[in-house]
Amino acid sequence: MTLPHRDPPWVFRTYSGHTSARASNELYRLNLTKGQTGLSIAFDLPTQTGYDSDHPLARGEVGKVGVPICHLEDMQALFEGIPLGRMNTSMTINATAAWLLALYVAAAERQGADPKTLAGTTQNDIIKEYLSRGTYAFPPEPSLRLISDLIAYSVDAMPKWNPINICSYHLQEAGATPVQEIAYAMANAIAVLDAVRARPDVPKQALPRVVGRISFFLNAGIRFVEELCKCRAMGELWDEITRERYGVEDATLRRFRYGVQVNSLGLTESQPENNIIRIVLEALGVTLSRDARCRALQLPAWNEALGLPRPWDQQWSLRIQQVLALETDLLEYGDLFNGSPVVAAKVADLKRTAREEMERVLAMGGAVAAVENAYMKRRLVESQTARLRAIEHGELQVIGLNCFTETAASALVEGARSILRIDEFAERDQIEQLHAFRARRNDADVQAALTSLRDALANGQNVMPPSIRAAHAGVTTGEWAGVFRSLYGEYRAPTGVAVSVAPAADEALTGLREQIRRLGERLGRPPKMLIGKPGLDGHSNGAEQIAVRARDVGMEVVYEGIRLTPGEIVSSARDEGVHVIGLSILSGSHGVLVVDVLEGLRKAGLERIPVVVGGIIPEDDAAKLRAAGVARVYTPKDFDLNAIFGEIAQLVAESAAA
Amino acid sequence: MRRDRDAVPEALNLLDDRRPGQREAALALLDALESKISRSEAKPSGAVLRDAPRIGLTGAPGSGKSTLLDALVRALRKRNETVGIVAVDPSSRVSGGALLGDRARVRAGAGDRGVFLRSMAARERLGGLADATWPSVAVLAAVFDRVFVETVGVGQSEAEVAGLVDTLVFVAQPGAGDVLQFMKAGILEHPDVFAVNKADLGAVAERTASELQAALAMSARDATGWQRPVLLVSARDGRGIGELVAVLDAHRAHLVASGALAERRKRARSSFALDALERRYGTFGIERLGGREAVRARLLAEPEGGGNAFGLGLAREIEAALGKSR
Repeated sequence: MTLPHRDPPWVFRTYSGHTSARASNELYRLNLTKGQTGLSIAFDLPTQTGYDSDHPLARGEVGKVGVPICHLEDMQALFEGIPLGRMNTSMTINATAAWLLALYVAAAERQGADPKTLAGTTQNDIIKEYLSRGTYAFPPEPSLRLISDLIAYSVDAMPKWNPINICSYHLQEAGATPVQEIAYAMANAIAVLDAVRARPDVPKQALPRVVGRISFFLNAGIRFVEELCKCRAMGELWDEITRERYGVEDATLRRFRYGVQVNSLGLTESQPENNIIRIVLEALGVTLSRDARCRALQLPAWNEALGLPRPWDQQWSLRIQQVLALETDLLEYGDLFNGSPVVAAKVADLKRTAREEMERVLAMGGAVAAVENAYMKRRLVESQTARLRAIEHGELQVIGLNCFTETAASALVEGARSILRIDEFAERDQIEQLHAFRARRNDADVQAALTSLRDALANGQNVMPPSIRAAHAGVTTGEWAGVFRSLYGEYRAPTGVAVSVAPAADEALTGLREQIRRLGERLGRPPKMLIGKPGLDGHSNGAEQIAVRARDVGMEVVYEGIRLTPGEIVSSARDEGVHVIGLSILSGSHGVLVVDVLEGLRKAGLERIPVVVGGIIPEDDAAKLRAAGVARVYTPKDFDLNAIFGEIAQLVAESAAA
Repeated sequence: MRRDRDAVPEALNLLDDRRPGQREAALALLDALESKISRSEAKPSGAVLRDAPRIGLTGAPGSGKSTLLDALVRALRKRNETVGIVAVDPSSRVSGGALLGDRARVRAGAGDRGVFLRSMAARERLGGLADATWPSVAVLAAVFDRVFVETVGVGQSEAEVAGLVDTLVFVAQPGAGDVLQFMKAGILEHPDVFAVNKADLGAVAERTASELQAALAMSARDATGWQRPVLLVSARDGRGIGELVAVLDAHRAHLVASGALAERRKRARSSFALDALERRYGTFGIERLGGREAVRARLLAEPEGGGNAFGLGLAREIEAALGKSR
C-alpha cells in the first residue's frame, strides 16, 4: 500500500531532568530510544538562578525540578554518549542562559563537534521571568544585555541555534488571556530586537538574519479552537511587525517559528486521569492548522499536579505525539482552515485587540518599562483572579474539580508510587562531587578566566567568548553568576498584587468578611497574615492569588514575595506581628524548607503562630508536614479559596484562645 | 525598659491593640517611655533611651519610595546605623483588608537584626497614616538609630506626616507637568527636603528638579530658617544617596540648634493624644473639656512622663464629666 506524501513531523520532546547529570543522561538516552527526536533540558533552581549546589539558598533544591549543572564536567556527563553535533537540544534557561550555552558549546567542543553544527534553543527570555516564572537573577538592564550578547554571538558563530525563545507559555500559566498572551509576547520580542538593533557590533544588514533566528514558546490551553486561532494570529502579527518595524524583506525570515508546551495550569489533581484527555486536545490546537503548526512540542505528564512524573508517565505523553503525527492522517493535508470565515473572524479579532494592548505597552516605554511599573504583572494578576473566581463560582466548568466530582477509585493512582521520588542523597552526592571538582581544577586558570570575563563586561565586549573560555577553565555556575551579582546586585521584581482591585459586592465573601471582622475584634486588631515563598522556586502565581484573596476577605497581608530563607520568614513573622503564616512551595523542596521554618519559629518562641502550606505536595509528604507541626496543607484540588480562609480564620481564633 | 530589639514586636502589637484594657496599657507604656528618653544628642547609656531622628518619606505611587528607602537603608547600614521603619499602606474600603507591599521591595536588611520593618494598614483613616503610626515610631526611636515612616502621598497626607516626623522628604517622580500638580495639591508647603528620584533618566529628572526649585523660590526658607533643598537621587545607580543622608543629618542639626525639634515633638505627641481621646470619647467627650483647641492647649502644656501624659489625666477628667452628665 502506498501512503500519500506527508509533511515531516514536528520535533518530539519531553521536558525532563532531575537528581544529577548522570541520572538525567540515562533518562535522555532511554527517551531517545523510545522515539523522542529532541531533548528538552530541565535545570534545577540553583542552576537557573546562578548558585552552586553548595550555596545556602540551594538547600533542599538540588536536583529537584531539574538537573544540577555546576561546571563543565557536569555538562559533559549530561550528554555522555549523545553526539551534540547531531542533536536538537532545547534548554529552559534564562538568567544564566549565556553561561549554560557556554558550557554546552565547551562540552560539544570536547566531543569534537563544531559549534556551527549545534542546533537547538536557549530560552533566554528574561522578561517573563519577572512576570511569572521568577527565576531571574539580575536587574532588567544587565539581563537584557546578556540576552542580546548571546543573540549577537550566536547569529554568526552558531547559525543553526535559536538564541532566544520568547515565552508566552508562562504568561498563560500566570493567568494571561489569549489577547494578553499575544500582546505581551510581541512587546517582549520588540524589546529584545530593539536592544539588538541598538548594538554597534550588529551591522544593519545582519538584522534580518537576527529576526529570522527569533523563535517563540507558546502555551496551549483547553479552549483549543481559540488557541488554534491564537497561533494563526501570532503568525500574521509577527509577519507584520518584522516587516514594518525591522524592514525584513525576505518572507522566510519573517516566519513565526514556535515550540509549545501544553498547559499545566488546567491539569487537575482530582481525577488526574482526565488530564490525558486535556493534553490530547491541547496538542490538537497547535498541530491541526498546517499554516500555524508548532515546530516542536512537549507534553506534560498526566500526573504533574501530583508530583514529579515517572519515566512511564513521560512515555505515555510521548506516545500521544507519535500517534498524532505518525498514525493519523494529520500530516497528509494542507491547511484545513484557510477560507473558514469563522476562523478568519476570530483571528482578526484577536489581532486587533492584541495590537491595541501591545501599543499600550509600547506607549509606556515598552516591555521593560511595563515590568518595572508593574502594569503587565497587574493585568496578569487580575486575569488570574477572575479565572479562579469563575472556577469557584462554577461559571467555568472543570470536570472532576468543581463538577462531576463523583468518581470510582482511580486505577492509575496508587498513592506514593504514582510519582517519582528524588533520591534523598542526591544533594549530598552532588555537593561532594562539586567539592572534588574544585579541588582538582587549576585555580590560576579559573581566576584568569574570571578576570577576563570582568574585563569584557567593563569594556562592553560580548561576554560569550570569555564565558566559553571560563567553561573550559573550570569556572562554576555560582562563580560565573557571582561576577554579575557583584556588579549589578540582586533585583526584586514588582509583585503586582498591591494594585489589584477588590470586588465590591460578592455574596460569597460577605459572610467570611463578617467572620474575619469579628475575629479582629477578639484579637484587638484585624488578623494579619504573612505570605511568602521559601527557597528558590519563583512560581509566585499561587501565592499572589492567596495574598489577594486574604486582602479581599479583610485580612492585613504582608506579602513577602519569592526567594526567602527560612530565617528571613521567621524574623519578618516576629517583626510584623502576624497571626498566621502561609508558605507556598512548588519545587518539591517543602520537606526541608518548611521544617526549617517551624524549627526557627520554635527557637524564636513563636510556635503559637499557625503555619499553613500550599503547593504540589503528595499526600504522604503532607502527612509528614502535619506531623511536624504544619496546621494545614493545601494542594491544587483545594480550589475553593473562601473555604481555605474560613479554616485559616478558625486556626487563628484557636491559637488566640490557647 | 531597655533598648531591647526583641521587645519591640510585642510593644508594637500592644500599641495597635484596640481592646479597652490594652489601650490603657499602651498609653502607660508610651508614658513610661517618655520619662526614660534622653533629649541630649549624646549616645545614650544604661537605662536612658535615645530619641532617634524620625524621617517621613512620602510621594505618589510609582515614585520609587520603597526602592529609595532600600538604598538609604543600605547606605546607613554601611555606617553601622540601625534603622527602624514603619511602612503604611491604605486599606480596602470594601473588605477592610490590606496588602502591605513593602516587604517585597525593601530587601536591605532582610534577616539583618540592625533593620526593623513593621508594615501597617491605614484602616479607616483616609490620610497616609494609621492610628498606631506615631506611637510605633516613638518606640522604634528609642531602640534604633534612625526611624523612617514611609507612606503613599495623596495630597492631604503630607500635612499629616509632617506633623508626625522631624524631617519630611517628598519623593518626586520625574515627568512634565508634575510640579504644577504638586502645587495645586498643596504638597509643596510641608516637606523639608525634596528628592527627585530616578535621576538616571537624565534630562527629564533635571527638568523636574529645576521646576521644583523655581516653584519653591518664594518659600525656599521655612519658618525655622531652613533652606529647603531639591536633590537629584537615583535608587537605581546610587546617585545622590550620600548627599541625601548628609541633608537629613543637616536638617536634624538645624532643628536641634533652632529649638524647633522640641516644639515639633511636642506638637506631634499632643496631636496623637488628641486623636486618641477623640476616638475614645467622641466629639461629645472632647466638648466636656471645652472642645478640640482647649484640649490641645492642655495637652501641649502637659509635662512629659509621670503618669498623666498622653491624655491619661484628661481621660479621667472626661470620664468624670461624662459620668456626671449621665
